[in-house]
Amino acid sequence: MKLLTGNDLKSGAVVWWTGHDWSLHIEDAVNAGDRADEIAQREEAARRVNGPYAVDAEQREGKARPLHIKERIRALGPTVRPDLTLKPADPDHRDWVI
Amino acid sequence: MYQYDSYDQAMVDTRVEEFRDQTRRRLEGKLTEAQFTPMRLKNGLYLQLHAYMLRVAVPYGTLNSRQMHALADIADKYDRGYGHFTTRQNIQYNWIKLEEAPDLLADLAKVEMHAIQTSGNCIRNISSDHFAGAAADELVDPRPYAELLRQWSSFHPEFNALPRKFKIAVIASDTDRAAMRLHDIGIQIVKNDAGELGTAFYVGGGMGRTPMIAPCIRDFVPLDQLVSYSEACLRVYNRYGRRDNKYKARIKILVHELGAEEYTRQVEEEFAHLLDQGIEPPIAELERIRTCFADPAFGDGARSVDRSDPDFALWVDRNTVRHKHDAYVSAVISLKPVGGIPGDASAAQMHLMAELAKEYSFDELRVMHTQNIVLPHVKIADLHALWTRLDADGLGAPNLDTIEDIIACPGLDYCSLANARSIPVAQKISERFAANGKTEALGELKLKISGCINACGHHHAGHIGILGVDRKGIENYQLLLGGSEAEDCSLGKITGPGFSEDGIVDAVETAADVYLRERAKGERFLDTYRRIGIEPFKEALYG
Ligand code: SF4
Repeated sequence: MKLLTGNDLKSGAVVWWTGHDWSLHIEDAVNAGDRADEIAQREEAARRVNGPYAVDAEQREGKARPLHIKERIRALGPTVRPDLTLKPADPDHRDWVI
Repeated sequence: MYQYDSYDQAMVDTRVEEFRDQTRRRLEGKLTEAQFTPMRLKNGLYLQLHAYMLRVAVPYGTLNSRQMHALADIADKYDRGYGHFTTRQNIQYNWIKLEEAPDLLADLAKVEMHAIQTSGNCIRNISSDHFAGAAADELVDPRPYAELLRQWSSFHPEFNALPRKFKIAVIASDTDRAAMRLHDIGIQIVKNDAGELGTAFYVGGGMGRTPMIAPCIRDFVPLDQLVSYSEACLRVYNRYGRRDNKYKARIKILVHELGAEEYTRQVEEEFAHLLDQGIEPPIAELERIRTCFADPAFGDGARSVDRSDPDFALWVDRNTVRHKHDAYVSAVISLKPVGGIPGDASAAQMHLMAELAKEYSFDELRVMHTQNIVLPHVKIADLHALWTRLDADGLGAPNLDTIEDIIACPGLDYCSLANARSIPVAQKISERFAANGKTEALGELKLKISGCINACGHHHAGHIGILGVDRKGIENYQLLLGGSEAEDCSLGKITGPGFSEDGIVDAVETAADVYLRERAKGERFLDTYRRIGIEPFKEALYG
């Protein structure tokens, strides 16, 4: 599957395409399939996202998981500062990233 | 310390307002990202893995307490309560919002700081010896010359769009504490046979994917021709540097391809021409700058400490360095606690370091390229009081230049160019050696880790270097041995196939054990490596 990701223009935060909007949470991401480029162009032109691009992902236990570790780190935050990730209280999130 | 005059302040203030306008236009959609990117980069603002990252220049690594307090306030107000000190003596913030960046830059300008030319293809922040003005072995304080070059290179219209980024280091002692020969230009202040001060120019060094040690292209340039000679070096590069290929665009490739002799010939030709043009700033300006760096009013005092507390004695032995005045030392505040993130400091720690600088070090701090902080002028009599306060706040790690004093770039935890994480490897290695008790026996052992071939973590120059690579989406780590960025500069060699994250920690311990087994009396790791070569290490690692 293909997820669409980019950064919020104002805050720089990592965001994911939900099918109708952008979310901070990868759990909300949907498969953009072969429409990824078209959506990316339209959303960037409307300044709803900065620098969007598609990433390859798989479904694991019903949730989207990018194939590359870099995107998984982007999705949650630095592995060395769990307190600054999107899931500071979740001890399992590291297993999902690494 | 240098103080802005009205020109400096006006330039920085004007730039803040210019960037405020550019940011507004970007947010309103009047500029595309492609148009805006070079503008934000010229102001040090990158888009990194999680957010915008701002790199703030710390000229030649020198700060006063007011500036360090301001950096701490910025960490609290605009970031997430911390900053990261880098291998170019700068500080980076990882979680900046574009909409707040102009206000942040305005706050910086209030304390005579900025982020100008900390990115882009221009002359970057000039770096220097972190013990400048304090070192017992320096000829003169190199910072007035670094400052002169800072002024020359700031907004230099001719060098605003170089083939690639350009880094200059200035030192004034035979001991190289600034990796001078691994810069695009390394300048060493020297004395000639007549006792006159001048500068030796080393040009074409660098790390990255093609590491090179800069050759000396001229061993004496009179001090009153420093700017002209620098300009000549840059002009030849600007004219012939490889703009066609990003990977061949650094000056090291030009010097290598032309040959040092031909490059030097062209520089000398340009230099002769420039001498006629009279571009050198008036000597009065250098004198004005020099007065800003006058010695503080050193007093007399004890030459030794009470060593009855072994923890304190260890810290004194490891983390203090001889000063040009006998009653003082330079004290290094380690930002490498066991298992910590190299170079990171919380806002509270920055405030504390600022307070201690005010109280114990004539209001001065330095950022080391090894990602630690120096209080350059501490009275020996004050060391115990200083250490007590550092230790209470987790800043008393006694590990300068040991295997626990690891340089690590941000790597894949923060950097969008990374192939692998650097920080967790550094954390695991420092924990391993703190636990196995070998740190003391290993003595001076400089370990440096980069998360990709760009080599921000100076892995080529580590006695032990580690390079993170991407093996089909899996992090892998190559081991290098035998590098040095000091006056005995050398480039490390890759030992062989790479290792996993845990495997590299074992590999470092294996290499350390080979040294402990093979070393002759008085040899450092690097000396033993140079004597016995790479084979015994390979044998132990892969045999
Ligand atoms: S060496 Fe590579 S991974 Fe590390 S900070 Fe530099 S560009 Fe990023």
